[in-house]
Amino acid sequence: MELTRRDAMGALAAAGVAVGAGVVADRFAGTEETVEFDEHALATTVAVGRAVYPSEVENVESFVRTYALSRSEGDEDYRTGMADAVAALDEYTQEWYDSDYVDLGSEAAETALYEMGVDVEEPDPEGVEAERVRFYLVNELLYALYTTETGGRLVGLENPQGFPGGTDSYQRAPGTNR
Amino acid sequence: MTANQSDGGVGDGRDRSASDRVDVCVVGAGPAGGLVADRLASAGQDVVVLEAGPRFDRADRIERVERDVRPSYHPHEVWDMGGERDAYTSSGDRGYPLNAARVKGVGGTTLHWQGMVFRLHEGDFDEHARAAGVDPWPIAYDDLRPYYASAEDEFGVAGTAGDNPFAPPREEPYPMPGFPPSYSDSLFAEACDALDVTMHTVPNARNSERRDGRSACQGWGTCKPVCPSGAKYDATVHVGRAEAEGARVVDHAPVQRLEHDRAGDAVTAAVYATPDGEEHRQEAREFVLAAGGVEIPRLLLLSATETYPRGLANSSNLVGKYFHDHLFAGMGGRFDEPTRQNHVGFLTSESHQFYDDVTDERGPFKLEFLNYAGPSPVELALGADSFGDDLLDELRGAYGNAIAMGGLAAQAPRKENYVSLDSSTTDDHGNPVPDVHWSLDDRTRATLRAANDRQREILAELGVDIQWTVGPENTGPAFHHMGTTKMSADPENGVVDPQLRTHDLSNLSIASSSTFTYGGALNPTLTIAALALKCADHVHERL
Repeated sequence: MELTRRDAMGALAAAGVAVGAGVVADRFAGTEETVEFDEHALATTVAVGRAVYPSEVENVESFVRTYALSRSEGDEDYRTGMADAVAALDEYTQEWYDSDYVDLGSEAAETALYEMGVDVEEPDPEGVEAERVRFYLVNELLYALYTTETGGRLVGLENPQGFPGGTDSYQRAPGTNR
Repeated sequence: MTANQSDGGVGDGRDRSASDRVDVCVVGAGPAGGLVADRLASAGQDVVVLEAGPRFDRADRIERVERDVRPSYHPHEVWDMGGERDAYTSSGDRGYPLNAARVKGVGGTTLHWQGMVFRLHEGDFDEHARAAGVDPWPIAYDDLRPYYASAEDEFGVAGTAGDNPFAPPREEPYPMPGFPPSYSDSLFAEACDALDVTMHTVPNARNSERRDGRSACQGWGTCKPVCPSGAKYDATVHVGRAEAEGARVVDHAPVQRLEHDRAGDAVTAAVYATPDGEEHRQEAREFVLAAGGVEIPRLLLLSATETYPRGLANSSNLVGKYFHDHLFAGMGGRFDEPTRQNHVGFLTSESHQFYDDVTDERGPFKLEFLNYAGPSPVELALGADSFGDDLLDELRGAYGNAIAMGGLAAQAPRKENYVSLDSSTTDDHGNPVPDVHWSLDDRTRATLRAANDRQREILAELGVDIQWTVGPENTGPAFHHMGTTKMSADPENGVVDPQLRTHDLSNLSIASSSTFTYGGALNPTLTIAALALKCADHVHERL
């Protein structure tokens, strides 16, 4: 299932980020002129997205880049938290895989999250490393995905909580969800 | 600000010093306070509203949704409740989660309410109360009927007039078309037909179309506790209107006590504190308390003087007594077909068929057909211990077939359930905190059992694999705080008279569910609004 520019726009709206449609379009298409950003942190976030999103989701890189970049821009706490969580992840994978997280293969990228305990730790922005990774990277991206129409449709719910999908879908019978 | 003005230590530069003596001082900026202030300011009265909590920035609502959905936040954080300001004690047999049950700030608890608006039944004013062993209301449904219609117009209620055969009489259509039933409702309809149970739609204080500058519902699915679109009514609407009409609203201004004249006949001032610890005296000709069923009795008790050692307006000794709520009854499980839950956060069908079948053993209850049974996928994902395809498999397994009914059961008002002061604990201004002393009686348990029996019949007819029940043993409150300054024509049997004025003090009125003599089993906010409009009329007549 394909994540769209509209999904990215919606995910940002659900995260309270005001960003112009044109900027989102350029970012999603990868045609935006250079912006100053921590490319390593962004690439790592994309890699986390690939690990925690289902394999049938397409356009993960465009979606996550657009989301994380736009989310970071106006929110220093998030930007700092995200960079810190990326550093924590790298420290862990350097110790156990002798590699930055972004350079792990897709299987190892998911396994590393389990091994680090990110699956069972509580998401906590002030917590230990795995808790911060869960909060700033994993849950941030899961929130972004599963509050979009596409993320909802993966589960069979085209108007998920946190997505302003109107008041028609709740009336529709199964199989008629356009 | 001038030299005599102060923002009270908030740091926003807004003047929080008292105004010169005004016509009306309203305590509380929730729905009752907002409506009273709007009505009186519109009538040309000089009004000051004192609100204990802050003004919330409308732009923060999306962030509050995130606080609700993401598991990293405590539910109290959604509307910044808790801490020393909101300390309380819960001393009865049943714990009472007070800070989950209210919001302090401009808009009050309507900021996180669901928005269900029903008129009480005629029987609630009389025979249902008698059957529960308490005095009837000193007013009848017909006395409130025009105020109910006004309240529906003020809130902007979407409803389908005439389709609920059990509702009390009404002449007017609702201000907006009702929300159509859900797909899930259609599943219940077959079973209810077979059992001769009549379903009907639900009036919602939620825009089904654009109205009064507020958007139609956008389907965020997070109604309770946050509506980002503003389609759900909240009291910022009327507080805003009151301000546009010239009322002054002072936030961060918890009232510490009321002062009265030497004879004890009238209130002279509301003394409020600002965060810098300074106290301010707001004088007025009339005072209206609109701070909910817990803080109102608390304030009256905190205002004890030599003349009134038991607290203000408390000659009856009933301030704080007869605290009652509605109890949740629910049942749910899995169906063998998709049920299409969690698209929206509000209800579209209920049944009030059994509401008036009150007996010696049990009181009224209503049945609800839920549109948000089972887990929300995004919330499940955020708490899951799997990722990627495994997580998606888990979500698909958990979402899709959940189905459930809810309901509210009446609680019999009892003197032994009360709000009092706990002097062993103090709030951020050194005042004793409220103690909510709450328990359940046999009649209430029997009412819950009767609701569960009906739910079981319907779900069994539908073929649902029932997996959970909320009944007498594990029920919880619906956060409707009623009865603590009850209305009576007899000064010995109540705190306020039928005009919502306290029996003891000639210029002190109360607009709140605290004045309910008996709360039936229907969500109380429309009745609160109707009483607030009635109260405003009486205050206006006196001024």
